[in-house]
Amino acid sequence: MPVTAVNTGPAQARASRTLIEIDRLNLYYGDFHALKNVSLDIPERAITAFIGPSGCGKSTLLRTLNRMNDLIPGTRIEGRIAIAGTDIYSPEVDVETLRKKVGMVFQQPNPFPKSIYDNVAYGPRLHGIRKKSRLDEIVESSLRAAALWNEVKDHLKRSALSLSGGQQQRLCIARALAVEPDILLMDEATSALDPISTLKIEELVQQLKERYTIVMVTHNMHQAARVSNRTVFFLNGEVIESADTEKLFSDPSDSRTEDYISGRFG
Amino acid sequence: MIRRVEFDEGLDELKALLLEMGERVEKAIEASMRALQAVDGDGARKVIADDPELNRLEERIVELGTRLIATQQPVAKDLRRILVAFRISNDLERMGDLAVDIAKAVLRLEGRELIKPLVDLPRMAELVQTMTRESIRAFLHENVDLAYKMARDDDAVDAMYGSVLQELFALRPAGARDSSQAMLLSFVGRYLERIADHATNIGESVVYLVTNKRPDLNR
Repeated sequence: MPVTAVNTGPAQARASRTLIEIDRLNLYYGDFHALKNVSLDIPERAITAFIGPSGCGKSTLLRTLNRMNDLIPGTRIEGRIAIAGTDIYSPEVDVETLRKKVGMVFQQPNPFPKSIYDNVAYGPRLHGIRKKSRLDEIVESSLRAAALWNEVKDHLKRSALSLSGGQQQRLCIARALAVEPDILLMDEATSALDPISTLKIEELVQQLKERYTIVMVTHNMHQAARVSNRTVFFLNGEVIESADTEKLFSDPSDSRTEDYISGRFG
Repeated sequence: MIRRVEFDEGLDELKALLLEMGERVEKAIEASMRALQAVDGDGARKVIADDPELNRLEERIVELGTRLIATQQPVAKDLRRILVAFRISNDLERMGDLAVDIAKAVLRLEGRELIKPLVDLPRMAELVQTMTRESIRAFLHENVDLAYKMARDDDAVDAMYGSVLQELFALRPAGARDSSQAMLLSFVGRYLERIADHATNIGESVVYLVTNKRPDLNR
């Protein structure tokens, strides 16, 4: 069982079991030491937010959780990340299967230039589902889960690119949910959206945590405060503080956390 | 370290307003007690006339704090600084009202001589003024030790109040006028004791500001 570097949050009633265990993780891009000895437990069916200044390593850590960093040449990783007890960097792990279980939503909505229906059905088809009635079911349930169904149910054949930015982002969430992941990673998923679309996504995420484990990177500290159950503050590739969100934003243990959340960090 | 200029200036302004309130409250206590000792109706009327300014200052603090929360979205200690400023301004406003109550007691005594020279009440008032000054200083300097001193001073004020009551109850009033005067003086003791409780509340607010814990100093 890894020891969490800094774990200041009080035991909470809703505390769920740990789904992702990160143990003494170091990550290098060539000579650059991007993540330094990061140990962290991420609870199941809760929202964990990563915050910190640009270049602090929060997105890098997020991308290690579905091995997106594998795509970057010169990346070297030490330490261990286990999801539900399985080391995701062990040679037996199939990366495609991992990414099916760990979906991701990015900063810019990136729907395929296909119909709304085909965007959502893309993943299930890739994983071998062909039956029309089954695909219909998946498309509807995924769009419902992403709070988009009522807005698009009569236009499923329309191009996804005809949707607004906020709708496109919810479509990308639906697309991620269609392959039935356990974990949803969100990398600045609302930073390109207007405030109303942002609030819709935030509400959606609150509903999704009943069924999924969500890890989000956000530059918007108030979003982390509004939405997440746990918040992790990163600085220069290190975890400075990890605590219940309420605690971290009202009574942080580390003065660097307080400086950052108070906007006095420089 | 980045300085959040607009926010920090707002906080400085809040502190200045609270300091001004504290000084005015201290003066109001002093003036009301001076009026009591001299049975000076004009002095008492001045205390009553000055009180609305305290209410205006409290309103300004609430307006400024609300604006800072709405526009600057402070968190952690920055947020507590504003929440605590609200509470302290409310305590100070109530302390001002209690000084007005003392002044009103003076108006009821106007034209009469005191049944006894006042000894304990002025001593109580002196300590209560010190508490008022120090509670604000504890806030301005975020000084927890000074905040905790409020609890000890409050105990001393309570003890003095007890002996004031004992003495007044032991008096053998010569008539109804003397009895009503003894009652008014015991009220004054009660008002001073209440002011000390509010100063102690301010101490509690300071401890909360610094530690995020809520102590009970008013036991």
